[in-house]
Amino acid sequence: METPSWTVTRNQVPVERAAIPRMSPGALGEEIATRCQGGQRLAALFGVPENERLVLHAILADDGDGTLRTSSAECSPGETYPSITPAVPAAHILERELWEQHGLRPEGHPWLKPVRYAHDRRDRGQVIENYPFFRMAGEEVHEVAVGPVHAGVIEPGHFRFMCTGEQVHHLEIQLGYQHRGVERLLEGLAGPPHPGRNRLAESIAGDTVVGHGLAYAGVMEALLGLEVPERALFIREIALELERIGIHLGDLAAIGNDVAYLTGNAVFGALRTKVINTSLDACGSRFGRGWVQTGGVRGDLDGKQRSEIITRLTSVLEDASRMAETFFSTPSVLSRLEKTGQVPRPAAEAMGLLGLAARASGVPRDVRASHPTGGYARFPRPALTLAGGDVYARAELRSLEIRQSVELIRERLENFPDGATRRPPGGAPGPNRLAVSLVEGWRGEILHAALTGPGGEVIRYRIQDPSLWNWFGLALAVRRNGISDFPLCNKSFNLSYCGNDL
Amino acid sequence: MRMTPFVELLNIRRHHGHPVVPDPRRANVAEAFRGRPRLAAGNCDGCGRCLAVCPSGAITTAPLRIDLGRCVFCGDCQAVCPAGAIVFTNAHRLATTRRADLILDGSTPPEADSPVTPLEPALRRLFGRSLKLRQVSAGGCNGCEWELNASGNVNFDIGRYGIEFVASPRHADGVVITGPVSANMAAALEDTLRAVPAPRLVIAAGSCAISGGVFAASPALDRMFFERHPVDLFIPGCPPHPLTVIDGIVRLLGR
Repeated sequence: METPSWTVTRNQVPVERAAIPRMSPGALGEEIATRCQGGQRLAALFGVPENERLVLHAILADDGDGTLRTSSAECSPGETYPSITPAVPAAHILERELWEQHGLRPEGHPWLKPVRYAHDRRDRGQVIENYPFFRMAGEEVHEVAVGPVHAGVIEPGHFRFMCTGEQVHHLEIQLGYQHRGVERLLEGLAGPPHPGRNRLAESIAGDTVVGHGLAYAGVMEALLGLEVPERALFIREIALELERIGIHLGDLAAIGNDVAYLTGNAVFGALRTKVINTSLDACGSRFGRGWVQTGGVRGDLDGKQRSEIITRLTSVLEDASRMAETFFSTPSVLSRLEKTGQVPRPAAEAMGLLGLAARASGVPRDVRASHPTGGYARFPRPALTLAGGDVYARAELRSLEIRQSVELIRERLENFPDGATRRPPGGAPGPNRLAVSLVEGWRGEILHAALTGPGGEVIRYRIQDPSLWNWFGLALAVRRNGISDFPLCNKSFNLSYCGNDL
Repeated sequence: MRMTPFVELLNIRRHHGHPVVPDPRRANVAEAFRGRPRLAAGNCDGCGRCLAVCPSGAITTAPLRIDLGRCVFCGDCQAVCPAGAIVFTNAHRLATTRRADLILDGSTPPEADSPVTPLEPALRRLFGRSLKLRQVSAGGCNGCEWELNASGNVNFDIGRYGIEFVASPRHADGVVITGPVSANMAAALEDTLRAVPAPRLVIAAGSCAISGGVFAASPALDRMFFERHPVDLFIPGCPPHPLTVIDGIVRLLGR
């Protein structure tokens, strides 16, 4: 029997806030630790300011039966409580954030440092120029500092390598440069949802337009009680899988570039162009911008467009498979990819890695399999995993997922339902509710959560990109590796700076 | 029959062919692309539905105007306009050298190239055949960054014009800024520009860099950079298409 410490719900099913149990932060921490030892996963932990108090909200995911559990704890900003991280290491980043934003101090946290230097953090005296880096001492030890402006056309962040000779002992990743205050911009509106907010959600991470766009739409539709027509759900899933194929091809091209295998760079790169131009033809943007609307999608896919998508993807898959087969059997490529940047399964599991990075270390975390909605529930598929946990596994898995995504798209186009592609939102979100939306973007699990107040206005909007956890996975991956393999390790994760910094 | 890897590689190369866009200055983007909108200001009765849905405050009515420096080309205004006063076309030559020229009032046809005044002859002699740029993402969501990278890929090959993104600002002739300039990146952006030897260009790519875009109202930004440094080229888009990037820079170089 379910203990009354948690309210049970599912992906994109709202709960009444009054039904969410409330306890002390210490008791909530113990509850989280017990349940995580029992196989559940801490999916979110965030603060909601309420008058002068702070209400912590925890969300646990049960990847076995697809349930989500939510509970809460009331405390004062600045209060001290026993840290959850020693028992549940994946909580480390969430507790760091609670401390940075609200001053809530987790006693016994091993690595209490700022996460993103948000504009509305509690202590404005903590500034990005003074990040407290870990220091190593010794005659042979040296540090390499990189960023925030990097050598390529990429987002900013600072990497501090602590090395002996060529070998990395530890990499500290300091982020926050990309903070734009997205969560606050999505709060505070009463009445029907504003379409401009769909566009804002698409800019949380511009390489995951559809992923974050769907997570936002999913939360709002849950709060509105809006049922999206199946035809729209299928088009959305096609958009999401096109995004995955496009980025995976781009990443394989970039990995080819980093190991000086330029044929791979050119061929995968040209194939990516074909895929994102398929999105362009369907919605007017190479990145799927403007495609997802609250209640459905813009436009439709007629019979001609649908057969064109199948034709193009079939040819892309054929060429990509052929290139991948040669790429992954070339000794000079394999010698760079194999055993480089390994994250063993226990570390991936404990640190809460998500998505592709977790699956490449043998951890089957895939929202499409564990918390499915729409077509993912109708046509279930297990998560694809590989055991190696190295750059090779993360590259090879991309290749396997491209094939899987083409099959998912084909499945939807062959079973394409009739009906409308949108049900426009009529009213305002329900009052005093909490909704959680999980979407498997190409990096992994995207979580959006929203709480409404008495007038249905959004009082707290919470965004989690999988990068929030996976950056620490990258830091683990480069330990005991040559520093010159860092770019390759980095590319094999390809994490979002914006997704972390918000 | 299974080929040896080398023979298979040659076959892949042959099959890959030559996907390069032969002449980016003449090329057009796919029909579905949302580029410069066609405004039928006479049809606009000022109902304001477009104003209500625009995510970035790009539209004004009476008379109808769209600021392409703010516009994110989402097309939501077109979808709600009952009068058909706003229709996005696939015209992609959007870059301008003057900020004011990004504001459309419907008097210029959408297919006309946007006004770009080439650099003065001395700068053209310096940069015309070799322009090295340092990109700085200052809150850029990685959309503009992907498209700037795509400008150099095997399809668009901006390198054919001698234009290249370089790692060090010391090797650069200018900076390309993406993103609305987050407060946390403001100092690093300023430092990067100062590290570029003069004469140097400042290029703002994407709605966020030009105006703050969908983040314009955020208190987490610091856009003072643009008070201190004039912009030589505005490249609109969300994100700008690689052909928009190439067209704008090449015309700035007077080529």
